[in-house]
This record gives sequence, C-alpha cells and structure tokens, in this order.
Amino acid sequence: MSKQEPDMNTNKSEQEPIVILEHVCKNFGGFKALTDVNLTVHEGKKIVVCGPSGSGKSTMIRCINRLEEHDSGRIVVAGKELTHELKDIDAVRCEVGMVFQSFNLFPHLKVLDNLTLALKLVRKMPKLEARETAMRYLERVHIPDQVDKYPSQLSGGQQQRVAIARALCMNPKIMLFDEPTSALDPEMISEVLDVMVGLAQDGMTMICVTHEMGFARSIADYIVFMDQGEIVEINPPMEFFENPKSERTKLFLKQILTH
Amino acid sequence: MTFDFSLIFSSIPKLLSGLGLTLELLILSSFIGLVLAVFTLLMRISGRWFLMAPAVAYIYIFRGTPILVQIFVIYYGLPQFEFIRTGVLWPILREPFWCCVIALSLNAGAYVSEILRGGVLGVDKGVLEAASALGISKSQRFIYITSPIAIRLSLPAYCNDTISMTKATALASTVTLLEMTGVARTIVAQTFSPYEIFISVAIIYMVMAWMLQKGFGLLEIRMSRYLKATAG
Ligand SMILES: Nc1ncnc2c1ncn2[C@@H]1O[C@H](COP(=O)(O)OP(=O)(O)O)[C@@H](O)[C@H]1O
Ligand SMILES: [Mg+2]
Repeated sequence: MSKQEPDMNTNKSEQEPIVILEHVCKNFGGFKALTDVNLTVHEGKKIVVCGPSGSGKSTMIRCINRLEEHDSGRIVVAGKELTHELKDIDAVRCEVGMVFQSFNLFPHLKVLDNLTLALKLVRKMPKLEARETAMRYLERVHIPDQVDKYPSQLSGGQQQRVAIARALCMNPKIMLFDEPTSALDPEMISEVLDVMVGLAQDGMTMICVTHEMGFARSIADYIVFMDQGEIVEINPPMEFFENPKSERTKLFLKQILTH
Repeated sequence: MTFDFSLIFSSIPKLLSGLGLTLELLILSSFIGLVLAVFTLLMRISGRWFLMAPAVAYIYIFRGTPILVQIFVIYYGLPQFEFIRTGVLWPILREPFWCCVIALSLNAGAYVSEILRGGVLGVDKGVLEAASALGISKSQRFIYITSPIAIRLSLPAYCNDTISMTKATALASTVTLLEMTGVARTIVAQTFSPYEIFISVAIIYMVMAWMLQKGFGLLEIRMSRYLKATAG
C-alpha cells in the first residue's frame, strides 16, 4: 500500500487541495495557540495529528470548520476561503463533518432524530428520505437496532458511532475527528476505530487527532506532529515512527509508546 | 379560646368563591409573565448592549422591590400623574384587578427570565458546537436544541416560582380585590374568628401548591425520559 502512495500523491497534486492552511495563527488572549501553521490536504488523504496535550491540535482542526476563528493566515476548504462571510462558513460546514471527543449528541433527541435533524433543517430533506438516509448510515456503523433510543441509553462506543453516522449523513467531503476514542472505555475503542478504518478504506478524506498509534500506522498517509502551537513535522507513518526528525518528536514518541 | 371546626367547614365554600379570582390573577399573570420573560431573556442574551441594558435594569428593579410596593406604586402612585388619568390606559390602570395583574406579570417576567437564562446557560456548549458543525444556523440551534433542553432544566425552578406567584396573589386583597384572602378578611370582619378562617385559607393555598407541585412533577418526569439510562 505504501508503494502506491507517492503515485497517488502526484496524481492528486494536480487537483486543488481540499484543505489548505497557510500561515495560520490563533491567539487566545495573549496565548499563542497556533503559530504559522501550514498544512495541505488532498482529497482522499488521511492525516493523523498528534502531539502533547495543549499543543493546539484541537484548535487547528476546529479552525477548519470555523468553530474557532483564526487571527491571521488563510484557510481554504473545498475551494472556499474562510472569512467573516457567513455564507461561506455555512457552505464549508456542509462539506466538513466533525466528531468530538465527548460525542456531543443531542441528548433530548432519539438516535434517529439526532441523525435527521440537520438533514431536515439544513438539507431541507423530506422526512421519509431523511429517515432512509439515517438508517443507511446507522447500518454502516453497525447499530441500526438502536434507532429509537436516547443517547443516554447507549454505551460510549455506541454514542460515538451514532455521532459518526450523524456527521456522515450530511455527505461531507472531509471528516474531522478530535480524539474520538479518548473518552471511551478501553473495550469500546476498537468498535469505533473499526468504523473509522472502514471509512478510510472507502476513500474518505480524514483529519484525525488521535493517540491511537496503531490506527495511525495502518491508515495514515501522513502524521502531523504538533508542539506548542506549531507543526513540528509532517511525515508518512514509517518515516515518522522509524526515523523522527526532531528531538521533540522523539521525546513524544518515547512517552507515548512506553504506555 | 376554643377552636371551632364547624366554622372551618362552613367557611370553606365561601372562601372558594374567591378562588376564581385568585386563579384568574394567577393564570393571567403567569401567562403574561412568561411572554415577558421570553422577550427579556432574548434581549438579555442578545449580546447587544442596547437590548441587554434595559433587560438587566428591568430584572434588577423588579427582583429588588417587594411586590406589595409595586402594586401600591401602580395602583396608588400612577394616578397622581395627570397624563395617566387622561391617557388611553386609564380604563385599565384604574382597575385594581389589572393593577395587580400588571405588577404580578412584571414580577414573574423578571424572575422567570432569570430562571430560563439559567436553563440556557446549562445547555452543554459541546452539543451546540456539534449543531454548528452540522451547519445548523444560530436561530435553529436556539429553537431545536437550546430551548427544549433549557426548558427541561428550568422546570423545577419554574414550578417554585409559580407556587410563589400563587401565594403572591393574596396581596391583591390589599387593593380591595375579593380574591380568596380578600374574601377571608371580609368573613373575619363578620365573624371575628380570624384563627379558623385564616387556617382554612392556608389549607386551600396548600392544596393548590401541592397540586402545582404534583403537576410539575409529572411534567418533569415526562420531559426527563431522555435522561434515564434504562434499556428499552
Ligand atoms: N477557548 C479557549 N480560551 C483560552 N485558551 C484556550 C481555548 N481553547 C484552547 N485554549 C488553549 O490553547 C492551547 C491549545 O489548546 P488545544 O488546541 O485544545 O490543545 P490540544 O487539543 O492539542 O490538547 C491550550 O493551552 C489551551 O489551554
Ligand atoms: Mg484537544
């Protein structure tokens, strides 16, 4: 598989990248959360972002669908630059699905309505079609039988799979994952990772913040390592694990792989 | 002194004749108060100073003063102004009933808007972010996510406030209204047995409070189904 990657890369690079971050900076008060972040993601690529806690991973991916506003630099997603233009923000959000560490399902709605709400409100989809779409994606995450339950009645792993299905319903071009398995009990991690691997194999463009290094090894095209608001290195998994360039990466890998 | 039980039984039907007016005051004021509360809440959380400032001032004034004083200001105070007596609102403002409804509504509006704001602030930010990420607009988020969750969160405090309102309607008796407490006072003036009569009134208020509590309790159970982590 890794043999094919360079070819695919050259093929795709003729196309416009689907996500471009150029010199992106973001401050919280006086604190620099992101400093001169540059990242280009082509369609179909899987990017895994890792780094110590507080290094700006969440902030970076949250800038991509404008849950955070960047202070300077340029972010272009699916051909639309993120500015204060609300129309472009909505357009970008329609193309970008997001999965959060804490699931963030709508607690007052049953699983079905969690999936259909945005279809009805944003896509203006008729009720029946929305229901069919929802069922299709629930089957894809292997829990069609939970459709009439409330989120609180599901296990963490099931909730996260519902959250993935909810994002997929909108038919996004890119999926963002912010530590999707960090809040899960160990025995539930694999059921969520399996769904994500399946998604990767189907060709979805993915940017995943995760410390699941096995997952990173098997599906990532590139691993992005961040520290103190900067991207320290971007490398394919082999290179990243076997031959890390910076001292900071080495230190991080030592810490995370001894666990 | 002797305690005359038969007086309690004989006075309760008479007292209940004032119950209608008590309920009218309660229902009208609660309804108007709720509408006021929603508008005040929207102003309060609008993020625009020229909407927030009046809302905050309104809440501050009505939470900071006794309802009785507010009723007196409206009923006795306002007619001192010439323009009130000649104004279009005079037919309403000279009626003690409407003065009480105004005072109670303004009070409820101030309190309930703060109760609802507590509910709105209690909605998980992450859940709203998830909605934004799906492209759901700000107003749709408020209608479909924030409101239902906030209403559920506000329910216990709102029940409390409604019970307080029920008791506050008794203040209407100070401006000649013959609601339940007003009726009680006239009976006492005739029978000179304040103990039995006021105990009877107290019992009726307690039953009302109990019914409200039960009603809201059922509503709360119904609205909390989604919180129960039960299979099936
Ligand atoms: N809303 C915020 N306000 C202030 N500081 C924030 C906010 N969000 C994140 N930060 C800070 O920015 C830094 C990067 O945060 P984050 O992107 O969440 O890191 P990571 O996801 O890599 O753990 C942290 O030091 C965090 O405290
Ligand atoms: Mg994070």
